[in-house]
Amino acid sequence: MLHFQRWKIIAITLTCLLGALFALPNLFSKETLQSWPGWLPKSQINLGLDLRGGAHLLLSMDVNDVRKDWLDTLRDDARAQLRNARIGFTGLGVQGGAVHVRIAQQDQVDQALKQLRNVVQPIGNALLGSVGDDISVERGAEPNLIILQPTDAGMQQRVSNAISASIETVRRRIDTLGTAEATVVRQGWDRILVQFPGLQDTAQLKALIGETARLSFHDVHPSISGEEARASRPPPGYRVYPSAEADGFVYLLRETPVVRGDQLVDAQPGFDQRTNEPIITFRFNQSGARTFGRFTQENVGRPFAIVLDDKVLSAPVIQEPILGGSGQISGSFTVETANNLAIQLRSGALPAKLTVVEERTVGPSLGADSIEAGTRAFVVGGLASLTMVTIAYGTFGLLAATGLIINAILMVAIMSVLGAALTLPGIAGLVLTIGMAIDANVLIYERIREELRAGKSPIAAIDAGFSRAIITIADSQLTTLAAAIVMFWLGSGPIRGFAVTLSIGIFTSVFTAVTVTRLLVALWVRSIRHKSRTVEVPI
Amino acid sequence: MFPIPHFKGFDFFPHDTRIPFMRWKGICVTASAILMVLSLGLFFTLGLNYGVDFKGGSIIEVQSKTGPVDLPEVRQTLGDLGLGDVQIQEFGSPTDILIRLEEQPGGEQAQQDAMVKVTNALGDNFVQRRIEVVGPAVSSELRTTGTIAVLVSLLAIILYVWFRFEWQFAMGTIAALTHDVLLTVGIFSLFQLSFDLSIVAALLTILGYSVNDTVVVADRIRENLRKFKRMELNELLDLSINETLSRTILTGVTTFAVLLALFFLGGEVIRNFTLAMLLGILIGTYSSIFIAAPLLGYTGIKRDWSGAEKGKKSPAVASGA
Repeated sequence: MLHFQRWKIIAITLTCLLGALFALPNLFSKETLQSWPGWLPKSQINLGLDLRGGAHLLLSMDVNDVRKDWLDTLRDDARAQLRNARIGFTGLGVQGGAVHVRIAQQDQVDQALKQLRNVVQPIGNALLGSVGDDISVERGAEPNLIILQPTDAGMQQRVSNAISASIETVRRRIDTLGTAEATVVRQGWDRILVQFPGLQDTAQLKALIGETARLSFHDVHPSISGEEARASRPPPGYRVYPSAEADGFVYLLRETPVVRGDQLVDAQPGFDQRTNEPIITFRFNQSGARTFGRFTQENVGRPFAIVLDDKVLSAPVIQEPILGGSGQISGSFTVETANNLAIQLRSGALPAKLTVVEERTVGPSLGADSIEAGTRAFVVGGLASLTMVTIAYGTFGLLAATGLIINAILMVAIMSVLGAALTLPGIAGLVLTIGMAIDANVLIYERIREELRAGKSPIAAIDAGFSRAIITIADSQLTTLAAAIVMFWLGSGPIRGFAVTLSIGIFTSVFTAVTVTRLLVALWVRSIRHKSRTVEVPI
Repeated sequence: MFPIPHFKGFDFFPHDTRIPFMRWKGICVTASAILMVLSLGLFFTLGLNYGVDFKGGSIIEVQSKTGPVDLPEVRQTLGDLGLGDVQIQEFGSPTDILIRLEEQPGGEQAQQDAMVKVTNALGDNFVQRRIEVVGPAVSSELRTTGTIAVLVSLLAIILYVWFRFEWQFAMGTIAALTHDVLLTVGIFSLFQLSFDLSIVAALLTILGYSVNDTVVVADRIRENLRKFKRMELNELLDLSINETLSRTILTGVTTFAVLLALFFLGGEVIRNFTLAMLLGILIGTYSSIFIAAPLLGYTGIKRDWSGAEKGKKSPAVASGA
């Protein structure tokens, strides 16, 4: 065990030097690193949100919102299909998670079924091919009834697409807050994780992503008022919308909008030139401008409604045709809400409402305190370990201590290269690994002492100590690794950081204890032999 | 050529100890069994003081800009908001306080609204240092994953020990690990310390450490079983524990020292986490000596190991060189 081939010595030394090289950038500031030549490694340890301060928000998508939205579209599609085929129908509407429609004439039901199946789309992926349909179109319990029902797989896909679209939208909205470092990723099936370093006040962030911001322009019913419609029943195709202000006012609007917010190309906050109130100016794309122009031309002198997330912002009267495709929205905004809404309109609507289900925010002052506390604990704990092992094992202890320092350097290097986040529990894991790494040395050295007492020669004892202890070390470290892997799977943020440092530490400490320290001991033995024929083990 | 000082280490422990551990096994196993039952009893009666991770609700840590916080005044202000049970405590220093809100009825959004109310009520005299809001959906998921994590780790470790040793060793390990988890949970219940996700992580680390200890002793027992085929089992167990005692104590002391540094210097945020690990190291070291090893005596281990090792190759070491 004490004989090392030359190439092995070189490989081990090289590994340690590489480790030092990759750990090195952590000693310098980001600015200094900029001036380094390109071939040198520059990546530093990535500090977790709990150390650098920042916000962690877990958003959950309202699946019912997605379903409702889909069913509404499905109903409109069904209406269009039946009208195109000139099939008479009654009672088209959404009922209990499905679209129901009654065909007027019995002999047209088969034709209607065929026609309605046009809206069905196959689902699947490139790997598996088609795995079914997104909607089932079946006859209902009554003879004339047809039911269009989303399938589970269809719903899954729908939510999945909605999440992907939301991630894009959320990212666009967050980018306006001016940081490139925020991460927006999908988590699980219906959730989005937003991590935003450096942000302390999450109020604006939440205001920005908490609204779906679905804007639409609607026709107002010419004769029936909102109040009257609420008292009786709204006419078909119309719906009662509340006012955005808490004044209890309601409007009766055509449900299908004239133009939707997705036709906007720009939206900017501004001020009304007469009243000096905050407003939002917007511009439609070409087709939006054309539709809106035609609508305003035909309806001069009548009101239309601007609706945001199913609430009426304002219902101005059309004074003259708006042909240029741009306009403005007023509606008792503050400068901040106008700004937020402009951002939301520019970045597009969210397909469904997102709710914050978990929030963890750490202020920069606490982060700085934690870094300080963590560093202090690391230094004190590390020094305690090094002192202890040196006192207990003399020269060999000193060699082990060198091994431990190399261990720490290697851990830092691996963390830097992987870009894994270092959290406060992660620092604890780092210190703890150094403490527990001593175990490997202790096992080896205690074994050497035992073998010496049993009367073996020094060289034989050292040899036996290393070879016999290795199996035990592997056993004990592998079980800790199992626990660390489970922790990684369990944890979020800080705990995951702990699991990561613990796992990395297990590998580096086994490497340093059974390879680096052994090499140091071997080199030491060789140098002693050089001087005298007898070796006395200083342990 | 090697300018290294030549000095001998200080041998802390006498190596010829003959402590008759097995003589106390009856007392220890009984005492531990009683403590385990008590811990279970505490868990089911007093319960655990679950943190927001598992119970849902919110934590806000704030720092006063104007010197020490007047706790009664803050209690008064926040108590009037009608947010149910609001716990307020000093956190680390007289200028820092930790506010805990219970989970608000009314789903995810209600938690956010409550947080806004508290922030507004506190006004501008406080800086927010930390906010944690866990809604009902996430807390119930964390409860499930937390429980599964502990069980899966236990299972993984037991399977490993079973694979590497005989089933009797696995039995001893199960007993020792269950003992460690139960007692730590019992202490957290008794003192009503906040039990959150980080404590589960600490429990998992304790499992790793404790099994480490158990494996070292078991390894030695197996070696000695092969070496001394005729030695009486209790005597052999005693011998094995005594032989590994210096290692057990030295490793335990270093790890403990490191954890003490973390406990006192690592800041308030991870104090409970390190406390759990400190307790766990003590309990884990105790259990590998007084629970795992004696159980081998009770289960009756196979004595002849001469043929076993040939058929069963030990897994290779990660870096043998």
